[in-house]
Amino acid sequence: MKSHFFVPPRLSFRFFPIWRRHMLVWRKVAATSIIGHIADPMIYLLGLGYGLGSLLPQMGGTSYMVFLAAGTVCYSTMNSASFEALYSGFSRMHEQRTWEAIMNTPVTLDDVVLAEALWAASKSLMSGTAVLAVAWMLGLTHSALALWLIPLALLIGLCFAAIGLIMTALAPGYDFFMYYFTLVVTPMMLLCGVFFPATQLPPLWQNVSAMLPLTHAVDIARPLMNGVVPPDALLHVAVLLAYASVGFYVSLVLFRRRLSQ
Amino acid sequence: MNPVLSAHNLHKSYAGQKVVDGINISINKGECYGLLGPNGAGKTTTLRLLLGLIEPESGHIGMLGLSVPQHARESRLRVGVVPQVDNLDPDFTVAENLLVYGRYFGMKDSEIEARIPLLLEFANLAHKRDVKIPTLSGGMKRRLTLARALVNDPDIIFLDEPTTGLDPQARHLIWQRLRELTAQGKTLLLTTHFMDEAERLCHRLAILDHGRMVAEDTPRALIAKHIEPQVVEVFGEGVTKWADESAAQYSSRFEVSGETAFCYVEDAQPLLAHLKGYAELRYLYRPANLEDVFLKLTGREMRE
Repeated sequence: MKSHFFVPPRLSFRFFPIWRRHMLVWRKVAATSIIGHIADPMIYLLGLGYGLGSLLPQMGGTSYMVFLAAGTVCYSTMNSASFEALYSGFSRMHEQRTWEAIMNTPVTLDDVVLAEALWAASKSLMSGTAVLAVAWMLGLTHSALALWLIPLALLIGLCFAAIGLIMTALAPGYDFFMYYFTLVVTPMMLLCGVFFPATQLPPLWQNVSAMLPLTHAVDIARPLMNGVVPPDALLHVAVLLAYASVGFYVSLVLFRRRLSQ
Repeated sequence: MNPVLSAHNLHKSYAGQKVVDGINISINKGECYGLLGPNGAGKTTTLRLLLGLIEPESGHIGMLGLSVPQHARESRLRVGVVPQVDNLDPDFTVAENLLVYGRYFGMKDSEIEARIPLLLEFANLAHKRDVKIPTLSGGMKRRLTLARALVNDPDIIFLDEPTTGLDPQARHLIWQRLRELTAQGKTLLLTTHFMDEAERLCHRLAILDHGRMVAEDTPRALIAKHIEPQVVEVFGEGVTKWADESAAQYSSRFEVSGETAFCYVEDAQPLLAHLKGYAELRYLYRPANLEDVFLKLTGREMRE
């Protein structure tokens, strides 16, 4: 690989017109998108929450519904950013050649990739906020601390957008993304304390779980939902930031290599 | 006069294969300059190098007084690009495509909105302003892509095969627009493999093959320099046999390609008189053109 692929990201506000472009596309399908953001977590919350919740005793000191609500905020935001960075990002890069059109202007690849990451994180922000609103309406949380879930959704979004963009940079086609969802996203949902506490896992898997970004997201979200300041919040935020920045840099290096062909 | 776009001794290879191999270009303001070449000759790679989208292994590029790729971004502020494959935003209307694209140049919305009617007028798309892209014809999409390349009122316009895939009517309209642009003093750099397009539009052109420039001049001078003035294309039953026996005697140079013998001559009369004795052969007598030069310099074998 050539050395200029590795230079640090050159970030600028030129990403903003690209972000606005993605926003304008989204606004055309906003109604469908918002219904999706609300319906999907509602179905999980109500289905699993009432169904499974009625069989379960309290979990982690709260009702199962409350326990699940915090997990749902996290996995929803993970899903939104991942889908956007993978499928929509690949479409803009490869199918529609949107990136090519943009890079013929005074905008560079670094700006384009930054816009992708921030846009995917914006989608996470929307879906996280939607789930929080649902949880609020169902009376699952009353604490003002829960409002911190809104910036948290943005951070989770950035983290999974960055990791997802690595996949997009490597993907030969859409089929490739199945591996990521089957081998990374779904296991993460099960290992990171979304549906049950990670402490239920065998010790080896608990160690794996502790390294995964979604675990750290859940560890911040759950106390906040219960109106408690999360212990070790700074550590968890640092882990998410690390995943976001390393992921972003790696994806950028890979995109530079891919698009230099 | 200082060239607005120049490249000196450009080299670029992919996986050990030389794609651009020592190209020199110097283009003046207001000029329409053409890059001709078979598929894989290095035309598109040359454009991408000049735009600063990829880095050359060696060589120097200057565009509008700025060094590329070091200052590619700044120089692209005053450049418009019509890419080979359409990349309009399918989710947007015609006008939205222009608005969104103008923003990438840092233009204010009010500034772009003021230009949109002019651009649509230029592209004959005023009546399609609020129509979505998938409903446009190929020619309309191409015109919109040209209009989009003009949103920032550029000094130089890059056009990568601007009329490929268009019907003759659509092509003529594009040609007319491109001539208007050069008349306004814009500099055009275009790639094409349509010889008539190059002959009509380009003030000067270069023929590329295997990443090298094999000839460069005005279309007329290229024809005068590289080829005999007259061509007789002979075809029909038994043409191969006839060519083997007689073509050399009556032409300064000849080539057999497929079912046709191309006879290049200074004076066609003796050959035409001779052909009267062969009722089964038919012929086309015409002045030499750019395609003859192109085929002479790059060969007749297929490139894939």
